[in-house]
Amino acid sequence: IPMQTYFILSYTQVKIQSPPTPEMATQEVPLNETLAHLKTESETLKSKLEEERAKLHDVELHQVAEKVEGLGQFVMKTRRTLKGHGNKVLCMDWCKDKRRIVSSSQDGKVIVWDAFTTNKEHAVTMPCTWVMACAYAPSGCAVACGGLDNKCSVYPLSLDKNENLAAKKKSVAMHTNYLSACSFTNSDMQILTSSGDGTCALWDVESGQLLQSFHGHAADVLCLDLAPSETGNTFVSGGCDKKANVWDMRSGQCIQSFETHESDINSVRYYPSGDAFASGSDDATCRLYDLRADREVAIYSKDSIIFGVSSVDFSLSGRLLFGGYNDYTINVWDVLKGTRVSILFGHENRVSTLRVSPDGTAFCTGSWDHTLRIWA
Amino acid sequence: MTINTLAKGGCHREQMACFRKMEKVIVAMQDPDMGMKMRNQRLLITVIPHAMTGHDIIAWLTHKYRISEEESLHLGNMLVKYGYIYPLKEPRCLVLRPDESPYRFQTPYFWTSTRWPASELDYAIYLAKKNIRKQGELMEYEKERYSLLHKRINHTWDFVVMQAREQLRASKQRRKADRIVLECQEQAYWLINRPPPGVNNVLDTGLERPNNFSCRVTLNSDYYKREIEACRKALGRNRVKSSICLEGFLKYSEQYLNHDPIMQGCLPSNPWISDDTAHWTMNAEIVPVPTRLRVERWSFSFMELLNDAMGRREFMTYLEKEFSAENLYFWQACEDIRHGESSKIVEKVEDIYKNFLAPGAARWVNIDSKTMDKTLEGIKRPHRFVMDDAQMHIYFLMKKDSYPRYLKSDLYKNMLAKAIVPQETKKSVFPFMRRQRHSSPSPAQTATQAAEEEGLAKGAGANSAAGSHF
Repeated sequence: IPMQTYFILSYTQVKIQSPPTPEMATQEVPLNETLAHLKTESETLKSKLEEERAKLHDVELHQVAEKVEGLGQFVMKTRRTLKGHGNKVLCMDWCKDKRRIVSSSQDGKVIVWDAFTTNKEHAVTMPCTWVMACAYAPSGCAVACGGLDNKCSVYPLSLDKNENLAAKKKSVAMHTNYLSACSFTNSDMQILTSSGDGTCALWDVESGQLLQSFHGHAADVLCLDLAPSETGNTFVSGGCDKKANVWDMRSGQCIQSFETHESDINSVRYYPSGDAFASGSDDATCRLYDLRADREVAIYSKDSIIFGVSSVDFSLSGRLLFGGYNDYTINVWDVLKGTRVSILFGHENRVSTLRVSPDGTAFCTGSWDHTLRIWA
Repeated sequence: MTINTLAKGGCHREQMACFRKMEKVIVAMQDPDMGMKMRNQRLLITVIPHAMTGHDIIAWLTHKYRISEEESLHLGNMLVKYGYIYPLKEPRCLVLRPDESPYRFQTPYFWTSTRWPASELDYAIYLAKKNIRKQGELMEYEKERYSLLHKRINHTWDFVVMQAREQLRASKQRRKADRIVLECQEQAYWLINRPPPGVNNVLDTGLERPNNFSCRVTLNSDYYKREIEACRKALGRNRVKSSICLEGFLKYSEQYLNHDPIMQGCLPSNPWISDDTAHWTMNAEIVPVPTRLRVERWSFSFMELLNDAMGRREFMTYLEKEFSAENLYFWQACEDIRHGESSKIVEKVEDIYKNFLAPGAARWVNIDSKTMDKTLEGIKRPHRFVMDDAQMHIYFLMKKDSYPRYLKSDLYKNMLAKAIVPQETKKSVFPFMRRQRHSSPSPAQTATQAAEEEGLAKGAGANSAAGSHF
């Protein structure tokens, strides 16, 4: 910084406030300059990163996929409709038994269903509205949920009809803003959460202890997904800052970051091999990011698709990508060729959540029309 | 009824993006060359110019976007729901009909995005106009809102009535056709911005999200320093050429194609479609004889083998034969630490040391000296990840050595040979008769039982067709 500039700025500072000691003048100015300087440096490095990433991009996915056989007509229908929520369904998750699900809604209700018979097996009323996150424990013996209460709580599922589930509730996670998503890791003992406070966190269920926190998003974090990798140590998150970040669960470091969406990222989901992940955004596109190539490798979009994607998931083989949209539809994409294979109608309001079942036999959608549907 | 509370000075980000896109469609529809053909439509005794039929709209969308008629109807419906096109017949019903019903484009003046947010004052003036124009023209819910507004903005009521009168006077001087159009346009606007009770509010976007850069996360120097650090690391990372990575997707999809029920169906049938749970019964966690597809899948990757309880059991049997079972036991014990309760870590680490690492341990594992030294050092201050290096070493040992040999072994080949290939369930002779959908024991119940009966096999939990308890 040229000395002149320094003195002019410090002089301005001095004029506004009472004459400071020389020490104070030194403190005031560099702080503001440093911040702007850091911001510029950060942005410059990001551009450089994009340039580097582009260098090794020698072919597009749909080009490589030209030799693959196209997909025929797809017939998928609603096979079950689950009615029982009194307000918008916000989130759902499958049980490992491939037929049970847990769902949560705006009115604070969390319901566990046997989706196959459509029977409701458990119901809990949360003390808050907008339960935006819910997850089934790997053992099938508990569910976790949270939302506007800024917490994630675990409810052991009791089959004693007389027992009030809420009595055994265990408060695990505490954020300083709403809970947007939660997921158990490989066991019932740890939960990963994301929040409107801009962070993700890993918690020990038994003690409620914070094991690791993840800072790096510039705004609300809306979604997360655990990697199905051999070493099982990473997860991806997406947020209102349009960034998708890949994190190391042990160190809390952000190991990869992607910023190509034009709006909030509402959903992230790993490709079954763990080498890539898909994202769905308010910009009406879904995108595929390859972790080894370290870049976006496909965009799934169409002129006629105007409304945002709320939720995405892959079919078992990863060939299909299902997206739930804010215009009440589900679009089915050929992941390899980049084309839209099918559009499914049925919901009467936004599709807010979508998950493929653990064995890939069906997928479930939850909607603002108060219902859940199973499609196969 | 509540007046929507929206962020002052700014439209909801998500909504604006959608509005802009819809507006592009609308503008294209009105393009003099490629747009829609408009004509006069008769409404009772009046002729309204520049109108189109529902049918026309759908045809244009189908052609322009190369989509099906069903999808065009859906898209067109959105345009009507958001007020860019309004119906002339049955104007209170904002639905696109695929027939000769007449529609018209909403004037940009009355686009929701133009006049955002809809103001209380304007709504009051609108209701006042309706009230003055014809007594009893206000609907029940409008009457309620009118009186609510009257209370709330009572201080400006004179202004409201004056404006209403003025607007009515001005409209009387227009041609009848124009007057009707203006009334329709204004009505359509308010049907969207102040929907009647019971109608979906399309402008409802749920919980309001803050603007892009929330003040909840402080973008201070720490934040940028972290960004810079992450960028520097990212710049230094090894990347793989796209042509190599992308081939991987093709291979994976092909390999798993037959295992993807949505793509290829599943045998004997998809339970969700046929209501028959045989597929689940045959693929339960532990079964006497597994299916062929399942055994095949164990050969796709080491992870697949380990993730399947039966596969893991088979592999353990193989390792016992090879006298290297301690590797798998060790790996499992390490997993248990990584994913288990924090409170048990110390105890579990001690057990692992005793059983696997200590000199002369019963199940001593062969780790290279460097890793062993590092691990032993780490054990002095045990934490969740203290076993990671050792675990990874053993994992890759099994993956590179024992696993490929297992796949070539008789044990695996026999398993594959006697594996079941289920018969496809023939479609029912009476397709209208729905099978009874049996419930299955909840995993929660199983755990309770297991706890009670103290460690009986988990086999009971997976079988369906048990009597319903609910």
